[in-house]
Amino acid sequence: MGAVAKYFSDVYRALATAFVGLGVTGRNAFTKPTTLEYPDQRWTLPDRYRGILHNRIEDCIGCLACARACPVDCIHIEISKRDKEEYGLTSDGTKITQWIPRFDIDMALCMVCGLCTEVCPTCCLTMTKEYELAVTDKRRMYLEFATERDKEMVRKKMAEKEAAAAAPPATQE
Amino acid sequence: MAQDMKPIAQDLHTEEMLISMGPQHPSTHGVLRLELTTDGEVVRNVRPFIGYLHRCFEKHAEKVGFTGVIPYTDRMDYLAAMNNNHGYVITVEKLLGLEVPERGEYIRVIMAELQRIASHLAAFGTFANDLGAVTPLLYAFREREKIMDIFEMACGARLTYNYYRIGGLSGDLTPEMLAAVRSFLDYFEPKLKEYDDLLSYNKIFIERTAGVGVIPLAMAANYGITGPNLRASGTSWDIRRNDPYSIYDRLEFDIPTGRGLKGEVGDCWDRYMVRMWEMRECVRILRQCLAQIPEGEYINPKTPKAIRPPKGEVYVRVENPRGELGYYLVSDGKPNLYRLKVRSPCFTQLGVLPAITDGVMLADLVAIVGSLDIVLGEVDR
Amino acid sequence: MKEWLDGVIAGSALLQGAPREITYFLAMVFFSLLAVGWMAILALSFVWMERKISARIQSRLGPVYCGGKFGWAQTVADALKLLMKEDLIPRSADRLLFTVAPVIVFLSTLLTFAAIPFGDNLIIANLDIGIFFILAISSLAVIGIIMGGWASNNKWSLYGGMRAASQMISYEIPVALSLIGVIMYSGSLNLLEIGRAQAGGFWHWNLFRSPFLFLGGFVYFTAAIAEANRTPFDLPEAESELVSGFNTEYSGMKFALFFLAEFANLFVISAIASVMFLGAWHSFLPWQILPGPIWFLMKAFSLVVVIMWMRWTLPRLRVDQLMQVCWKYLIPISLVLLVGLGTQMWVFSGR
Repeated sequence: MGAVAKYFSDVYRALATAFVGLGVTGRNAFTKPTTLEYPDQRWTLPDRYRGILHNRIEDCIGCLACARACPVDCIHIEISKRDKEEYGLTSDGTKITQWIPRFDIDMALCMVCGLCTEVCPTCCLTMTKEYELAVTDKRRMYLEFATERDKEMVRKKMAEKEAAAAAPPATQE
Repeated sequence: MAQDMKPIAQDLHTEEMLISMGPQHPSTHGVLRLELTTDGEVVRNVRPFIGYLHRCFEKHAEKVGFTGVIPYTDRMDYLAAMNNNHGYVITVEKLLGLEVPERGEYIRVIMAELQRIASHLAAFGTFANDLGAVTPLLYAFREREKIMDIFEMACGARLTYNYYRIGGLSGDLTPEMLAAVRSFLDYFEPKLKEYDDLLSYNKIFIERTAGVGVIPLAMAANYGITGPNLRASGTSWDIRRNDPYSIYDRLEFDIPTGRGLKGEVGDCWDRYMVRMWEMRECVRILRQCLAQIPEGEYINPKTPKAIRPPKGEVYVRVENPRGELGYYLVSDGKPNLYRLKVRSPCFTQLGVLPAITDGVMLADLVAIVGSLDIVLGEVDR
Repeated sequence: MKEWLDGVIAGSALLQGAPREITYFLAMVFFSLLAVGWMAILALSFVWMERKISARIQSRLGPVYCGGKFGWAQTVADALKLLMKEDLIPRSADRLLFTVAPVIVFLSTLLTFAAIPFGDNLIIANLDIGIFFILAISSLAVIGIIMGGWASNNKWSLYGGMRAASQMISYEIPVALSLIGVIMYSGSLNLLEIGRAQAGGFWHWNLFRSPFLFLGGFVYFTAAIAEANRTPFDLPEAESELVSGFNTEYSGMKFALFFLAEFANLFVISAIASVMFLGAWHSFLPWQILPGPIWFLMKAFSLVVVIMWMRWTLPRLRVDQLMQVCWKYLIPISLVLLVGLGTQMWVFSGR
């Protein structure tokens, strides 16, 4: 007798739970879809969003903290000491003591972790809200921030140094 | 997807097929290769092959400095990234002897429990998808999107958060973010009842999962299974309760265990239901945290800029949504760590597959693998 | 149909002059093309409906881009894409069987369209064995599926084909048994007569004439869904286990044929259900407010919607559980219903 009762209760339970499930999906069918129709509609990004990196090079003091902090070594910086009279100032008053002829970030390597932006003392390295990073040419993922002026100054200095080394030692006094 | 045919061992009575449920398969959660020896529809032997997602995480950790390891821990178990972060930073703080301020601890627990809900939702959705019910997957991910919106507000990313720092966190939670968490909890609690109506007590679902893939408690203990899979076999071992870290000893929550309500203790249904019940408990924990969170610092102001723990070694374990995640850290006083070894819960859990799959049908194998809830990123690191 | 054709010929001077055989032949060609066209349109619109319904259930949008806001042209675009795809036959596959398999499946569904009444006298072939013909022809699909699974030379397809074979053959029996109840009650195999007997309000529909027929309707519905390989019985195409079952190796037009056949089959089973149980082309009130075919299509379409609704709600049954449901539940229940119906008819109507 127990087997017969189980038989019918199985049938009943199968139908009942199926109907309850149908009710859940049926109700959901009439709720508003949660789709965001990208690219016609876009999500408003929060303030802390980690997008592509940007460096305000005029505020960069060349401390190399970001290059050291980066876990994947995607920031490549070259610096060269400025003379005392060439010192500059950032927008928040810090002294700039280095020329920065090279400040490259390879976004193809970057894992967008944000550790570099946390250690920047002048907050010149920030993460923007740009997330559409697809390019057809990989070289466009290699961002170069160094200014022509810095590169020119360093080139001139190198040329002067070479000229001084190549000149006869008699000019030493 | 189409695998080569390699008929083997033709004995006189039956011919067994050797099939690769190959690295690319809609049901193995990630790149896992299961070599099956089947006799018709019945599976005789299962050999898991892993390593397809190995990315040398432990080697990288030796080169990038202590803070640089944190983004790498996100990528191990990418469905439970906050918990991975949590384990690692606790390990380094133990070596350093660094205290985390109270507000920092509360925020950490809030993030960890939200992540636990998100991870269990992913497990629930993909499990249902493997069994043929496609809709719960979409519902689970709809809820996950809301959680990820909260994470995006807090740290800027939706999957690889890099939110925890040694000594605290990378940013504070503003009142708007806490309000977002509260409104998510209010939205989410009724959804759990909906999932139960839709799937948990559905007769077809019960037929597919009850009594399938039973892991007896002794076997679970012997194979080193932890987390919801262990709790489904009948014990209430939870590291948050038995070996508490952070502020879990101040919070009230129950530990759901499998009771064999629909089949045997430790079957797929139990493992699935333990996760559903755990989500309820997470909501409870979150509400307590939201009520108790104090004002204050979110990171210890005395955290050194350059992290250089003294020579020593330490093993710390935390409760990942998938089990006991252990970090064994050896430091030799230098700026980079000497050795980091991760005890991955899914790696050990995968080992139990050959023991419980002799004589099951192919469809049951899918259910068992789905109920174990493995993430290959963690298995392979 | 023949009478109608004779009437048309009699009324037109042009056709009267032509030899009879040519006229009949041309008429056959015309109506076959009509059936194929109608089947294609139905299948395409069902694909669109399935995508929209599944999307709304899952809280998303479905096709919205192709063809304006509702994306109705999406299926047309997909059909064009499938036509233009490379027709790939795996090197180690059995070429003849591989090519013939989808054709057989498609044919078996197409031929049933010839015997479905869309309204009073709106039927292509008024066979006296109407429902028997439909059941027999739709069984041919099994051969096609097994051929597809075997000829692909792929273990996973083989699994799909074998599962499909056992499933479809087993479920023929409850389908037939539940329909036999209706046939017993109506006393005829002719679909037009069965339809005409349900005139009046919805209380004349076969579903409500007897509790045994009521339950028989549910049994038929369940068994027919299993015949059509839809969730919860869709093991032959179980996506998560076998990639796509017997469908795996097919691409391009062959895949399109399988696909269209499946959706057209959905219509056929819903059409049979509405003719046999739900009053065919009659409205549910004694007054025929709208034309017959509209009612018929509405009933068939709503059953198709219910089938799609079930697909997106319920998980899949395992092979042995599927067989259990058939042999241990559906067949005994339908036999009991038959006996009960016979007893009721003998007691109440002396038939």
